[in-house]
Amino acid sequence: MATVTPAPATPSSVQRLARRLDGSALYVFTGLAVLYLLLPVAVIVLFSFNDPAGKSNFVWQGFTLKYWLDPLGVPGLPQAVFLSLVIAFVSTIVATALGTLIGLALVRYDFRLQGATNALIFIPMATPEIVLGASLLTMFVSIGGPPFFPLSAVTILIAHIMFNISYVVVTVRARLEGFPRHLEEAAMDLGANEWTTFWKVTFPLILPGIVAAGLLAFSLSIDDFVITNFTAGKTQTFPMFIYAKYRIGIPVQVNVIGTLIFIIAVGTVGVTTLARIRADARARRR
Amino acid sequence: MRVRAEEAGRIPHEGRLPAVANVAVRLVDVVKKFGETVAVDHIDLEVRDGEFFSLLGPSGCGKTTTLRMIGGFEEPTAGLIELQGQDVTWLPPYQRNVNTVFQNYALFPHLTIYENVAFGLRRKGVKEAEIKSRATEMLELVELPGFENRKPNQISGGQAQRVALARALINRPAVLLLDEPLGALDLKLRKQMQVELKRIQKEVGITFVYVTHDQEEAMTMSDRIAVMNRGHYEQLGEPEMLYERPQTRFVAGFLGVSNLIAGRVDATAGGDWATIALDNGVTVRAPRALAEGKTRILLGVRPEKIRLYETHETVPESHNRMPGTIRAASYMGVSTQYQVDVPGNRRLTVFEQNVERATKSELWAPGEVVVVGWQPQHSFVVRDESAEAAAEEATEVAAEPFGE
Ligand SMILES: Nc1ncnc2c1ncn2[C@@H]1O[C@H](COP(=O)(O)OP(=O)(O)OP(=O)(O)O)[C@@H](O)[C@H]1O
Ligand SMILES: [Mg+2]
Repeated sequence: MATVTPAPATPSSVQRLARRLDGSALYVFTGLAVLYLLLPVAVIVLFSFNDPAGKSNFVWQGFTLKYWLDPLGVPGLPQAVFLSLVIAFVSTIVATALGTLIGLALVRYDFRLQGATNALIFIPMATPEIVLGASLLTMFVSIGGPPFFPLSAVTILIAHIMFNISYVVVTVRARLEGFPRHLEEAAMDLGANEWTTFWKVTFPLILPGIVAAGLLAFSLSIDDFVITNFTAGKTQTFPMFIYAKYRIGIPVQVNVIGTLIFIIAVGTVGVTTLARIRADARARRR
Repeated sequence: MRVRAEEAGRIPHEGRLPAVANVAVRLVDVVKKFGETVAVDHIDLEVRDGEFFSLLGPSGCGKTTTLRMIGGFEEPTAGLIELQGQDVTWLPPYQRNVNTVFQNYALFPHLTIYENVAFGLRRKGVKEAEIKSRATEMLELVELPGFENRKPNQISGGQAQRVALARALINRPAVLLLDEPLGALDLKLRKQMQVELKRIQKEVGITFVYVTHDQEEAMTMSDRIAVMNRGHYEQLGEPEMLYERPQTRFVAGFLGVSNLIAGRVDATAGGDWATIALDNGVTVRAPRALAEGKTRILLGVRPEKIRLYETHETVPESHNRMPGTIRAASYMGVSTQYQVDVPGNRRLTVFEQNVERATKSELWAPGEVVVVGWQPQHSFVVRDESAEAAAEEATEVAAEPFGE
């Protein structure tokens, strides 16, 4: 019998196995990456149902719903959550409005010190938070009068608006830089003045950028600890509350609130994504 | 040396258009500078009511800038712009009775086709019922009924172009500005849209100011064309005028193919013809009116006007002629293009319809000796800018190099 056989036309079993591994390897690695990202969240959710024996919520003891039924039942927690939400909302709205206008000005107009302004916008992002917090504290104290001193929710708000503006400007500017200017010319050509052109054409088209900037600002504000801690004085936000409780044992309600925030965040993103997919599909069917 | 706009504008038109027409757009000595760059250099222009007017020229000659000033998107550095007799130089776009079809269409991506088309009427506060009937009518005119609910990213380039046209025309502007609206389309669609645009323009009777760098497109569609070069126009007239009687070397070279031979005007006295002594020793005749008042010139003749004769054939007595040798021949089906060497180291391009000679053995072959002949009225005369500049000595700045 001839010892030389032609190379098989069909892949050998080894090759086939390798290929199958190739395909599944992608799933394995993707799964690991997702796991890596989601495991901490899963732990938070899981331990919101824990019924710890002592003050610390680190060891699984047993399932309970009692903390879910009473999520704010810890002294000081409702006030902290409420303050965090208010600061996040207000700082998001103010920073998004101001940041959008600054972004528009930076992209649309040439003015003196434009380069300097562009660079200055980055400083709050580039500076370590701890330095920023310390200097804000120094500034507020040295001004030494209301509304900057004594430190309060107002000073936290001022600090949050300040760093949020930077992020909003950068996000909105990115959206504006790719903005087709001829669309605005087309609007004016068709009889729209500057004001109408902005609201009918510019704004709807940069809205996704503004929304993204707003979401970013909100999440940056609601979980900020370092700068907030320096500028809070006697007031306490949600992250500060958790930190204060960390030595004596974090109440399970913190997990509950954390889970709620997570669900709301994911839900918001999910709903908007779904709406977009639906709209696309509907448009394609026509 | 160049022909200034004012001079070129004074050329009498052997027009089909009425001598007295209302002026839709008037530019008076308009200049536009971007820093150091002079984009538009003293343009005077009158576009007549209802005509299809084209601005034709190479890239960067200032066509778009001119159009944008009419539309109100740029302010002139100097000069005056009038629309139907009204000075609009400083009015914003939304206060001018003109609409624009942008090169890239500029459809609003977040609005449906219907809303795009309705945009202008909504700004004027037109009633919903009227908007609906006019938008429907417009979409029918551009042959896109049933596209109302699509978004701009769900239609093809040719369809987008028609939507842009509908969106502009629905406002019934006094003048429609079009900036290379067919630039993004493939050749076939382009030809089709040229016909369609022309049909629509006739149907609605609105003045079109059309920008293009495609000479063929300009010639097929326009009533009149201004051939632009470096911020001003070199010649303005009907397509046939520009083609048959180009007045500058640039125009002769930009519209179609030209054969140009340097020479001097010998005599213009008497009769219809001027005698021109070409630098290669041949004497030819050209229409006297074209040669009058000039000395150093370039004599031009279009390739399809030239006939090639056998040396023993008799060329009609009145025709211009010179000996030649076939250098190259390329067969193109409808016609054959020859390169013919003539005295004075010149090479002429000749197109011959493949009628009398059609098969390979009948066609002229490289190396054959021929006589080149053409009728004197097919000669045109172009100023020889380089010779004039040389004559005017170093005081004058060197002649602008023109591409052929
Ligand atoms: N906004 C601007 N800033 C500076 N220079 C400009 C500006 N717009 C046009 N130019 C210059 O003005 C000249 C004329 O430009 P224009 O756009 O009018 O040319 P065009 O004839 O439309 O060319 P094309 O066929 O390539 O579109 C060019 O040299 C161009 O670089
Ligand atoms: Mg252009």
